[in-house]
Amino acid sequence: MSAALLEVEGLRVGFGNGTQAVRGISLSVARGETHCLVGESGCGKSVTSLAVMNLLARGAVRTAEGIRFEGREIAGLSEREMGKLRGDAMAMIFQEPMTSLNPAYTVGSQMAEVYVRHRGGSKAAALDRAAHLLGRVGITAPGMRLAQYPHQLSGGLRQRVMIAMALMCDPKLLIADEPTTALDVTVQAQILRLLQELQHELGLAILLITHDLGIVARMAHRVSVMYAGRVVESGPAAELFGRPTHPYTHGLLACVPVPGKIARGEPLGSIPGTVPKIGPGYSGCAFRERCSQAMPACGAGDVPGREAGPEHRYECHLGADWTARLAAEAAA
Amino acid sequence: MTPAIEVRNVEKVFRQGTGMFSAPRFVRAVDGVSFSVPPGGCFGIVGESGCGKSTLARLILGLHPATGGDILVDGRKLSGMHRRERAKLIQPVFQDPFSSLNPRRTVADIVGMPLAAQGVGEAERTKRVNEMLARVGLTAEQGGRLPAQLSGGQRQRVAIARALVLRPRIVVCDEPTSALDVSVQAQILNLLAELRRDLGLTLVFISHNLAVVEHICDEVAVMYLGRVVERAETDDLFRRPAHPYTRALLASVLTPEPGLGIPDVGLGDSYPDPANVPPGCRFHPRCPVAQDSCRSVQQAARAVHGRSVECMLAESL
Amino acid sequence: MRFPSVRLLAAGLGTAIVAIVLVAGLLAPWITPYDPFITNLDARMIPPSFMEGGRPENFLGTDQLGRDYFSRLIYGARISMLIGIATVITSGLIGITLGVLGGFFGGRVDDVVMFAITCRLSIPLILVALAVVGLVGSSLTVVVLTLGLLLWDRFAVVARSTTMQVRNLDYVAAAWAAGCSQAHILLREVLPNIIHHLVIVATLEMALAILLEAALSFLGLGVPPPLPSWGLMIAEAKEYMFFSPWVIMVPGISLFVLVLGINFMGDGLRDMLGAQRDV
Repeated sequence: MSAALLEVEGLRVGFGNGTQAVRGISLSVARGETHCLVGESGCGKSVTSLAVMNLLARGAVRTAEGIRFEGREIAGLSEREMGKLRGDAMAMIFQEPMTSLNPAYTVGSQMAEVYVRHRGGSKAAALDRAAHLLGRVGITAPGMRLAQYPHQLSGGLRQRVMIAMALMCDPKLLIADEPTTALDVTVQAQILRLLQELQHELGLAILLITHDLGIVARMAHRVSVMYAGRVVESGPAAELFGRPTHPYTHGLLACVPVPGKIARGEPLGSIPGTVPKIGPGYSGCAFRERCSQAMPACGAGDVPGREAGPEHRYECHLGADWTARLAAEAAA
Repeated sequence: MTPAIEVRNVEKVFRQGTGMFSAPRFVRAVDGVSFSVPPGGCFGIVGESGCGKSTLARLILGLHPATGGDILVDGRKLSGMHRRERAKLIQPVFQDPFSSLNPRRTVADIVGMPLAAQGVGEAERTKRVNEMLARVGLTAEQGGRLPAQLSGGQRQRVAIARALVLRPRIVVCDEPTSALDVSVQAQILNLLAELRRDLGLTLVFISHNLAVVEHICDEVAVMYLGRVVERAETDDLFRRPAHPYTRALLASVLTPEPGLGIPDVGLGDSYPDPANVPPGCRFHPRCPVAQDSCRSVQQAARAVHGRSVECMLAESL
Repeated sequence: MRFPSVRLLAAGLGTAIVAIVLVAGLLAPWITPYDPFITNLDARMIPPSFMEGGRPENFLGTDQLGRDYFSRLIYGARISMLIGIATVITSGLIGITLGVLGGFFGGRVDDVVMFAITCRLSIPLILVALAVVGLVGSSLTVVVLTLGLLLWDRFAVVARSTTMQVRNLDYVAAAWAAGCSQAHILLREVLPNIIHHLVIVATLEMALAILLEAALSFLGLGVPPPLPSWGLMIAEAKEYMFFSPWVIMVPGISLFVLVLGINFMGDGLRDMLGAQRDV
């Protein structure tokens, strides 16, 4: 598919202590599209994003059949060449902007530095661009903000600054790792809306990592649901939310309280148990101990990938009988 | 019927900047809050960071003294109540199950602590701790473990067991599920609902997650910069929010329904700062419908559409 | 994390050194070949047995009064460890009490504690120690008390700041809400969760106390002769160091190795206790 901006194939990440954080996942992000990577803590979604940027902590081992950006293989690039790409064509924003902004420098000098490092030119020109972008991300009085230090800004403003900074070099891909988790709900809505507007305007591709199914539903064109280091279900957002097929996705959606959907006092759906530890040599479906549909086949070997609809794939032993049953339930 | 909890015009002023040379600054974290919860009810308090909801929780728990107003538990004043007396009436469940359990004590020790504080003997204590652990879905064997050996959801179960071991009338839950994954959040919410029903608990449930509050609370108060700006029955509040801030909060609830997009909450880019409360209505710098009079006059709480609202424009919205 | 084996090795080595010195000090009367106080003017300044002119009876030779150097070194270890441990206990009690109280209660109590810490930090340590010993006269007790009463500041600062952090954690709030008494909260909830920081301070202070004792003794104001302190041995040896360098090297190297060992042990404890917290 030539439209894909970022293509990841067979990505694996292991840590020194034997933990397998990511176990062979593939995903692709097309130009101008938002791909959401969703899952609960420890499923490997953040590790995946760091692995793509080659920002993994020391001691982590990354292997991949391929990581292609704009058709170019980047898995084998040196740290120096990756450094040229990061912050330029690929930008990243994190959950806690305070840890990614340097408290000793003003907002303006940090933003300008990114631009001068990648694109050269004068600092004055870079500051002009910074002011323009701060205005673009909805910050009033950008000139004043440029001269301020990160600690003088509130959480919402800091995240806007981070976004503006990520946009300094006109990136093609923006990787956002839980960008609104530390923010208040009203601010979260504002920031997400801003990201959508920027996407339309600049044709940005966004890889959005989040645990919040609400955000996924509202933001994503395409979704990959991760569980214990595997993508267990993926597909276009409408498809996936309309017909959640993997028992995990299905169970997870039942856990989310939606105003007006479940009567007060009625129990929410829930998934019993906890995520298993995945060491070397783990075999079978990682969800089997929590799954209401588990069968002997789930205990060992590879889990087959299946089609549930157009571009809608899931990884499970349950086949056509199961999808038929789900369809009947949904109709009832 | 005596309310389980009655909060009358409570306020809490913190002194900031205790340096020898700087003039003290005063932060009014909670400013004239009143509400009451009937026995067996579940009262939700929602608001964003810095709105004073956690401070209010600590006032109700008697962890901080209020600087004004009264808190009555079961018709009796909280201030002046003996700590052991208070502990038998009201107990907390906190947000972060990683910092709310002493990392150096075993689970059984932690759950037994309130009993030990009441002077309950060891044999009786072990029995009641094991009963309580079973009640929240933990095994007696897990009682011998340290908190670090449990998952987040299991830790929150321990915190709930500790809160309930004295069989209190009231439990104050301060963001009890915010640090948990969705699937675990559902487990904990179901457990709380079940315990509430079986033990006849009164819950004060503090959260920033409106969907969660809608699911379990009967009545909800919305806080903004230390004040309750709207208080209503849950269904009324969600169906017809009256205060502009409540409307913005409701608009920003993102349900997992694709195709709806991200709503425009209509708030500017100024953010509330509890140390610097604006004059007039505190919400006016962010309010999409603010008028000139909002900048100078603080509207007192009044009844509109069968609820209490602090907004002069409530009827016209 | 990058070189766990090296760190582990250093910690093990440090602990081994401290253990050997401690055991040697404790068992001094049984393991020393000679009485460290008996002089033998016929056998003065004999080099160690492994050097030219040495003799097998005196493993590390003899000093200027013909006392067996190995026996004096072992008894000196006893003095060093005694001073180190006694000083840490005294200063630890003072510092931890002040720090915990200040950190826990805050407000006025904390103002007083902070004032005390500031005063203590304004006192020039060595000068006051010298003055006190000069006035009262030197003895083991005086040295321990002087150092103990002066070295509590780091305990107080660390205890205060860690108590402040722990005090604000939710499990302490839960204990208040459970109706626990202040004493219970201090002793069962706060103290066990700051003690690992204090153990590390204790190792640092112990090393410092041993060095200070050596310095005072070197100046003739510490442990009075003929007690065999390492500092005193260095002082007595300084006249002979040009012709018999080993008289100064033996106690000097011992002191260096012991202090290094204590510091390695402290680092190891920090790694171990820190890791335990994060599990």
